[in-house]
Amino acid sequence: MLELHLPWLEIAIGILLVGAAVVALARDAEAARRRAMVVCAVTLVCTVGQWLDFGLLQTFEAHDRGDLLSRLFGPDAVVIDELSAPLIPLAAFLYLVVVGATLRTKASRFPFAWTLVSESLTLALLSCRAPWGVVALLAAQMIPPFLELRRRGRSTRVFVAHMGPCIALLVAGQAILEAGGETGPWSLVAIGMLTAAVLIRSGCAPVHCWMTDLFENATLGTALLFVTPMAGAYAAVRLVLPVAPDGALRAIALLSLITAVYAAGMALVQREARRFFCYLFLSNSSLVLVGLEVATPVGLTGALCVWLSVGLSLAGLGLTLRALESRTGRLSLAEYHGLYEHMPSLAVFFLLTGLASIGFPGTIGFVGAELLVEGVVGVYPSVGMLVVVAAALNGIAVMHAYFRLFTGACHTSAISLQARWPEWLAVMALSVCIVGGGLLPQAGVRSRYHAAVELIQRHRASARHAPTEPAHSESELGITLPQD
Amino acid sequence: MTLFQILGILVVASPAVLVAVLGMTTVSGWPMSERATHRWTFGAVGIGLAASIAVLVMMLTSGDRALPLDAGQWVSIPEEEFHFHVKFLFDWLSVPFVILTFLLCGTIGAFANRYLHREPGYQRFSMCYALFMLGMVVSSLAGTIEVLFCGWELVGLSSALLVAFFHERVAPVRNGQWVWSVYRISDAAFLIAALALHHLTGEGDFDLMMGAGPWPEGVAALTPDQALFVGSLLLIAAMGKSALVPFSGWLPRAMEGPTPSSAVFYGALSVHLGAFLLLRVSPILERSAILSAAVMVVGFLTAVTAAASARVQTDIKSSLAYASLTQVGVIVAEIGLGLRVIPLIHIIGHACLRSLQLLRAPSLLRDYHTLENAIGGHLPHRTTWWSAWLPSEWRTRLYRLSLDRFSLDGWLETIVVRPFVAMFQWCDRAERRWTDLLAGGRSRESDDVPTHETVVEELKL
Repeated sequence: MLELHLPWLEIAIGILLVGAAVVALARDAEAARRRAMVVCAVTLVCTVGQWLDFGLLQTFEAHDRGDLLSRLFGPDAVVIDELSAPLIPLAAFLYLVVVGATLRTKASRFPFAWTLVSESLTLALLSCRAPWGVVALLAAQMIPPFLELRRRGRSTRVFVAHMGPCIALLVAGQAILEAGGETGPWSLVAIGMLTAAVLIRSGCAPVHCWMTDLFENATLGTALLFVTPMAGAYAAVRLVLPVAPDGALRAIALLSLITAVYAAGMALVQREARRFFCYLFLSNSSLVLVGLEVATPVGLTGALCVWLSVGLSLAGLGLTLRALESRTGRLSLAEYHGLYEHMPSLAVFFLLTGLASIGFPGTIGFVGAELLVEGVVGVYPSVGMLVVVAAALNGIAVMHAYFRLFTGACHTSAISLQARWPEWLAVMALSVCIVGGGLLPQAGVRSRYHAAVELIQRHRASARHAPTEPAHSESELGITLPQD
Repeated sequence: MTLFQILGILVVASPAVLVAVLGMTTVSGWPMSERATHRWTFGAVGIGLAASIAVLVMMLTSGDRALPLDAGQWVSIPEEEFHFHVKFLFDWLSVPFVILTFLLCGTIGAFANRYLHREPGYQRFSMCYALFMLGMVVSSLAGTIEVLFCGWELVGLSSALLVAFFHERVAPVRNGQWVWSVYRISDAAFLIAALALHHLTGEGDFDLMMGAGPWPEGVAALTPDQALFVGSLLLIAAMGKSALVPFSGWLPRAMEGPTPSSAVFYGALSVHLGAFLLLRVSPILERSAILSAAVMVVGFLTAVTAAASARVQTDIKSSLAYASLTQVGVIVAEIGLGLRVIPLIHIIGHACLRSLQLLRAPSLLRDYHTLENAIGGHLPHRTTWWSAWLPSEWRTRLYRLSLDRFSLDGWLETIVVRPFVAMFQWCDRAERRWTDLLAGGRSRESDDVPTHETVVEELKL
């Protein structure tokens, strides 16, 4: 396997862990915020470097240079491939904008050190392909939000009631699979366990209540950063997709499709902004899972595109909500707030990100949504139309929230509610990505298509689909791999 | 590059540049002055209109009835035969419609410059105006169903935002939300139709989908059953966009917007977009007699209900909205009857007349006073011919029904909205019970979210 020119990922993870210690020792919240911002910025530089370096290699997968972690934990411990290459800088970017856009007034409540630990775990997860590594990192990721809930004096029972079984199912499923092999008598049980764990982590209905509970009780920043990198979808790709039979994948896709419609409907009736956001995210992330599990090149390409677009757009939407909350407290959607005149740029950004999340033309989500719908309808001609229904409901919900928050009343305030420059910078950076990606989507689509083809090859090459002699060559798999 | 290509690019690029310029200045926080905005708007409309008239002259002199402008593949995955083809089609249907768009948008731009002078939302209006114009131009000239969908969405977004233009009041905002909801339903139907067409014909290009021959002579490559399925979805899309029965309720609601936007956007242009769609896919309608009959019935019902409602409205904008809808219903019925050129002429004539009427609406009372002063008394009140033979009781019933706008919105709320909301509210309550059970107590902090009245720092007027 080829190597990157520098150990980008190991440097990034190392910086984050050291940075977390340094931030924890900061004398006050403002100093912690500044240090965390610097650490996140340096991490983003490293991850972008990794992405560019990977692009230069013109390969499907590569190791870090030197790769200390792979020597310790196995060859797949730190691997960058077509799937993860853009997801890693995306995650680092999301952490930077959330940390950067934290206002001083809220800095004392936001756990910067734990956020850096959480970022290191997320980056490690997204660069890990080894099944046990993925399981361990998924479990470790749940610790920072759990500790935050404890620290804030909130009930952790809902979170634990979902995440506990999730970890148990992951460990048991992977252990059975490793002991019995992918074709063993218990393999279906093991795959079922892994699937159930992925569904819990992704928030598939009816095991989604941990997500609404997290948004209710954790800080919005923490909840946002826990869900937007979509670790559940990543686990589905790494743990379930390579081993699950087509029937199981389609069952997951159907469940996710139902969740997408259900969550879109729930987003419409919410009376509080965080819960609205949570259901909107749930609906969109379920659509990603739908595309991943239909396992066709077009559907998978669409899902991977939507993954990036939803990550960017809904993180932006969440950031806008967070900016509003930092000025007015929790926001009810039962009344009109009329905040447009005080924060027009945030209002425009709210609308832009909301529209991007539903795949509005000219935004980064449009082409991904088109591909996703095309792919899903190709597999389920009639049921696939539910994707369109979910998108329509989400569109109505986004506009409903926009009108409730920014219009419908005259609002006066004794203080300026305008966006501060860190918020403005974060908003502009995300806007450029959303509109830029929407106007020039071809490069991104090609990259996601490469990743999709690679994933499908692995899925088809697994023992379940070719029990006697696994197919390895592209021609045997009936897929022509693009070379550009 | 040929002269046609240069002109075609100018037609499409002029509103796109206007959107980009206004969008960047608005988002960056340094909005342009009213004067600069007006100049940019005037320039974009002028260039677009001149270029589109030049294309029309070219077509008339050369005898070409359809000129495609191919901008290439915006996105493509050749291995999967997936492509998003950006193509514009200048033909007998699109060129008159795009000229009409530029003409009316130019008129309204000039009117709005004075009407909204020093209005706090001037920049917002200009941005929505530019988005609307871009959406209309793209929809009119779309050579593929995907491009038409993009334009269709832009028109929907800008329309909803313009309806809610006076957004410090609740009523315009609620109406904007209603319009947006109807549009999203029609957009969903449109998208499903586009997908179905792709799967059935393997093409998204109108000229390939509709067979050889320029509009209106194409023959759709679909069986009658396929045409009925796809056409029904397209009819739903058109019903939403053109406020046909049972979605008629959004049109008078849209009159909450500023007069310039009411005039051009709902009274003249966007309300005809559904009819335009039906004309564009007319070869599909011709493949199914049932579909054509359905189009005719929908048009007829719309015309009858709107005509009755128009007669009892108590404000001029609502009255004009229903009058407009009556004509749109007639146009749709004409399309259902198999006519093609006459509906197009009807659209153009009606759009121009209605724009003029809506622009004159704010000075209606003054016009009436002028007339009454001129004749030296009140204007005569004439009874209609049918009121003589219709029994009094029936007249009263019809009056009440018309005044209530045939309760179309009420029916939609009762049949669709309330059950939908009630079902998900029940699910929400069930989730609350479940999380309360898991948490061993109250699990929702959001139940205690304060309203603004309780926040000391804020004062809500």
